[in-house]
Amino acid sequence: MQDPIQLELSRRDLLISSAATVAVTGVAGSAAAQSAGKQMAYVTKVNFTVNGERRELDVDNRTTLLDALREHLHLTGTKKGCDHGQCGACTVMVDGRRINSCLTLAVMHDGDEVTTIEGLGQPGNLHPMQAAFVKHDGFQCGYCTPGQICSSVAVLEEIKANIPSHVTGDLNSPAQLTAAEVRERMSGNICRCGAYSNILDAISEVGGITA
Amino acid sequence: MRAFTYERASSVEAAAKAAASNPEAKFIAGGTNLLDLMKLEIETPTHLIDVNGLGLDKIEATPEGGLRIGALVRNTDLAAHETVRRDYGLLSRALVAGASGQLRNRATTAGNLLQRTRCPYFYDPNQPCNKRQPGSGCSAIGGFSRQHAVVGVSDACIATHPSDMAIAMRALDATVETVKADGSRRAIPIADFHRLPGDTPHIETVLERGEFITAVLLPSPVGGKHIYRKVRDRASYAFALVSIGAIIHPDGTGRVAVGGIAHKPWRVEAAEAELPKGARAAARGILADARPTEQNRFKVDLVERALGAVLSEARG
Ligand SMILES: Cc1cc2nc3c(=O)[nH]c(=O)nc-3n(C[C@H](O)[C@H](O)[C@H](O)COP(=O)(O)OP(=O)(O)OC[C@H]3O[C@@H](n4cnc5c(N)ncnc54)[C@H](O)[C@@H]3O)c2cc1C
Ligand code: SF4
Repeated sequence: MQDPIQLELSRRDLLISSAATVAVTGVAGSAAAQSAGKQMAYVTKVNFTVNGERRELDVDNRTTLLDALREHLHLTGTKKGCDHGQCGACTVMVDGRRINSCLTLAVMHDGDEVTTIEGLGQPGNLHPMQAAFVKHDGFQCGYCTPGQICSSVAVLEEIKANIPSHVTGDLNSPAQLTAAEVRERMSGNICRCGAYSNILDAISEVGGITA
Repeated sequence: MRAFTYERASSVEAAAKAAASNPEAKFIAGGTNLLDLMKLEIETPTHLIDVNGLGLDKIEATPEGGLRIGALVRNTDLAAHETVRRDYGLLSRALVAGASGQLRNRATTAGNLLQRTRCPYFYDPNQPCNKRQPGSGCSAIGGFSRQHAVVGVSDACIATHPSDMAIAMRALDATVETVKADGSRRAIPIADFHRLPGDTPHIETVLERGEFITAVLLPSPVGGKHIYRKVRDRASYAFALVSIGAIIHPDGTGRVAVGGIAHKPWRVEAAEAELPKGARAAARGILADARPTEQNRFKVDLVERALGAVLSEARG
């Protein structure tokens, strides 16, 4: 039998969720909601830092980091493109590394530091990469741009950190900052307007690629 | 996505036990394959066990002179590791040929081995697929099969295993280390880890329910030239049509594992004896029992030519 007190607790937790009705029947009726005798909820509390600010959320476990940012925290700079990790529009930085926020759950990021496009810079106080995208016209419709910019900033860091890529010549000497390296490393960000050459110009300027 | 409960595992043993006690539970590591499939309701776990906090993210030297790669080591960190680049270059090369920078930052060693096929019919819940729904039929046989397998196929399924990393692991004779729900451990040679489709294409590995991967072990380095050559429809960020993972020694001997052609990393040790004679002889052995479809017959030639390119790169 389920412990009535714990059941009560999870019911209360559930009622604040957007999917409460679906989830409550699930908890009350399903043995699958138990693991090793523990009663578990369909909603979990998560604490993380977003753009330097501590945030605490109770989210339906299904909520991706992307949806938590957009729908719960109203940081709509991060975009939902394909929602399957194929386009890169949802790219954000977690603990300093770029990831697809659509293919990770918010509840998996307890204690993490998230940086979105809003955290890189704001109008009037742009990050150098944002300013370079404007200067070089690194976009047309602009939908993929936040992801492109987050990725661009991370790509320069990855080269500095000597992480190899598919086009790196010698694995045992430091990764080079070249146009070919940047192109390869940016392949996870698709731009359907085809602004690629201007995006490369923007990254080259910030990175200091001359050729 | 279906609703599920969620827990952060407190130990390896607890994770294995939790998974074994609930047939509808799944481990989640990077989540880059599992969540993709959960969104499409191809995977429908009712409980997720998050194994990211278990400290399995280390790469350590083994007393035998090899490497022990924690199951949760991210693909980026494995590819960038100094020893891996120096002594197991094939592994670095295969990793960076896969997915994108963002995905590699999340994808883990164990998750990569266990990623599921990219057969388009498997991904389309409206189509029959024996792997997704046992007994429903295979839409790829007689359908669009350009990217499918040519060796080790069955009448039930002709899907490929999509991992690049696994091809390198196969050539390097890696071992998968696991913990079962009862706490017992075992070491599975990578050659035996993935299964051929046979009549049960939905069963892809020899793992038992709840069995948890803790690490992948590499034996001591074997030297030689390490080459990974991936042939695909675009230059980056695409799955392989055919890939060759090879270690070639100055005398022309070596090892070759092939990706994109089978339900598991494909390696025929007997055919490796032919390597010094050239790509044609070796490819003939590798593809001895090939059963291509009209649409993927080109892969038979492509394996030979890609291998030829690898052998001339090794000489040059
Ligand atoms: C757009 C796109 C392009 C891609 N391109 C490529 C490519 O070109 N080449 C390539 O090789 N891959 C490619 N991938 C696949 C990618 O490499 C995999 O998604 C990734 O490696 C999976 O690792 P993960 O840690 O995220 O696994 P998860 O999604 O977390 O898990 C996958 C499976 O492994 C199980 N699991 C995880 N850890 C353990 C453990 N320790 N013990 C037991 N079971 C476990 C999970 O239960 C799940 O069933 C691509 C993916 C995407 C989305
Ligand atoms: S090849 Fe395998 S995965 Fe693809 S449709 Fe047939 S049974 Fe399904």
